[in-house]
Amino acid sequence: MEKENIVELKNISVAFDGEQVLDGLNLEIRDQEFITLLGPSGCGKTTTLRLIAGFLEPDRGDVFFEGKKINGVPAYKRQVNTIFQRYALFPHLNVYENIAFGLRVKKRPESEIKEKVAEMLKLVNLTGLDKRHIDTLSGGQQQRVAIARAIANHPKVLLLDEPLAALDLKLRKDMQKELKKIQRQLGITFIFVTHDQEEALTMSDRVVVMDGGKIQQVGTPQDIYNEPKNAFVADFIGESNIVDGCMIQDFDVEFSGARFECLDKGFAPNEQVDVVVRPEDVDIVAPEKGMLTGMVTSVAFLGVHYEIIVDIGGFKWMIQTTDEHFVGNQVGLFIEPDAIHIMKKSQYSGLYGDYSSYSEEIDHLSDPEPEEERR
Amino acid sequence: MNKKSFGSRLIAAPYLVWSALFIVIPLLIMFYFALTDQNGVFTLSNLSAIGQYKKAFLISILYAVIATAITLLLAYPMAYCMTKSGISTQRMLFMIVMIPMWMNFLIRTYSWITILANTGLINTFLTKIGLKPLRLINTPGAVILGMVYDFIPYMILPIYSVMSKLDKSLLEAAEDLGSDSFTKFKKVILPLTRPGIISGITMVFVPSVSTFYISQKLGGNKTMLIGDAIEFLFNSGPAYYNIASALSLLLMIMILICLFVMNHFSDEDGGVLM
Repeated sequence: MEKENIVELKNISVAFDGEQVLDGLNLEIRDQEFITLLGPSGCGKTTTLRLIAGFLEPDRGDVFFEGKKINGVPAYKRQVNTIFQRYALFPHLNVYENIAFGLRVKKRPESEIKEKVAEMLKLVNLTGLDKRHIDTLSGGQQQRVAIARAIANHPKVLLLDEPLAALDLKLRKDMQKELKKIQRQLGITFIFVTHDQEEALTMSDRVVVMDGGKIQQVGTPQDIYNEPKNAFVADFIGESNIVDGCMIQDFDVEFSGARFECLDKGFAPNEQVDVVVRPEDVDIVAPEKGMLTGMVTSVAFLGVHYEIIVDIGGFKWMIQTTDEHFVGNQVGLFIEPDAIHIMKKSQYSGLYGDYSSYSEEIDHLSDPEPEEERR
Repeated sequence: MNKKSFGSRLIAAPYLVWSALFIVIPLLIMFYFALTDQNGVFTLSNLSAIGQYKKAFLISILYAVIATAITLLLAYPMAYCMTKSGISTQRMLFMIVMIPMWMNFLIRTYSWITILANTGLINTFLTKIGLKPLRLINTPGAVILGMVYDFIPYMILPIYSVMSKLDKSLLEAAEDLGSDSFTKFKKVILPLTRPGIISGITMVFVPSVSTFYISQKLGGNKTMLIGDAIEFLFNSGPAYYNIASALSLLLMIMILICLFVMNHFSDEDGGVLM
């Protein structure tokens, strides 16, 4: 069932101080969908959100809302509301007045405001806290007030700028579910910005992966995970072994010195390609039975499974397995045809997918994102 | 007593001695003179003699209120412009506000005489272009001008300091929730900068209401402010110390009441900047 587009971005470019932040961006957002802009710090995702909110005008390109061009329409006239990264609740107002702010600005009658605020408090489970001062609330409660304040205005589109980044893991998981529930219940389009790929996969109807001011891939979470378009997407979403390969012919690929059967076709004969194999799709077998063989160089126990690094001809593969293996063991790898995913070469080829510097990468991924992107 | 607290007491000692010598003891002396007669006998007659100076009190308050209001109206937009401009402009504007404060208060006030005098800069210019000279000096307007000029930095700085710390995302949130510029100002900027305004008002009103030099130099001797009255009485010899002290005491009480009321206003936000 295809819904109509509620927001369209056409050929948008934005530069700050000569630095290109968005570069020819095209995006169509459907009515009532939960769409997530996902990417590393500085990829332009927050800038995209600010364009839709009206805090920023594009240097080139057009923003459409319900088919009407809204370039130059100031933020206060747009039918969108934002949940800010640090909530931006008004410190001089209590919970009730924060939620009522938008309704008061629109000069709604007092009885309606009262009713609406009560409804919102109930929706976000804060009933009874209406007289509380903002500073006396916990981070999670402030988050809920921010949600209630935005939704009280009946926006057609809700923009969420990393709203869960400041919460601890447990609370974040709860809020993810709750946001998703609210979105379904109210039928509002959610445009969600995050750098957390897991968050993006669990919550979204569609995910937009961005890097360097460009959209790398748009698709359902399954599409993005199973059919990444290039090495960047493959690496950013989940864990991936990405090796250089050569597509001999349809369904026949060569990499790491061996030939494999695969399900991909449509490449030129002997085309150089990137081959993605997810760590959980590799089976470890005895060396003589393996399609590839290598030596285990590191083992980490993560609870559900082990994460094993295997050196195959100098390239380090990550493999997730529930069986224990030991550093120094020779092992064989067995890869099913449907575990192999072939991608065209891109500017990202060779940059990702090797686990030689694995520990550093973990550090990098767990870094909280600096706020450099907000302007 | 542990060593650390002894050390910190030692650090505080010079100031404590200073304030005892030059603040507490003088205050006690003032109380003593205000509540005794020339023979050192307790009396309240000094305080009741205040009636004669009612007019000076009222004019002082009136002038101070007017000067404070004008200062606020000038300073608030100035502070707003400062926070809105780029870093280098901001620094320059900050310097422009600060530089007059590097010069002595008396000299700054005195220099207005040469500008406002009957044969001063403005009138010379007016005569040159064929207009009639204006009577500028020795008017209430000149006194209020002097107060505004001398005290405006004390209004700009606290407002600027609060305003520059204002979280920009709050302004975006207000816009996002449908506020145009005016609503944004009324519902977010003004209430959140109120601690700065209150602090500025206090810092301008208090010196304005008690000043004596400005009115003498720019107002002639026609308008006697309460500060002038106190100075005049102290200069008139020991016989007038008691009544002068009583006036000082009343002025002080009045200022304390003002501070109390002001702080009560800013208390609602929990931010007292005095």
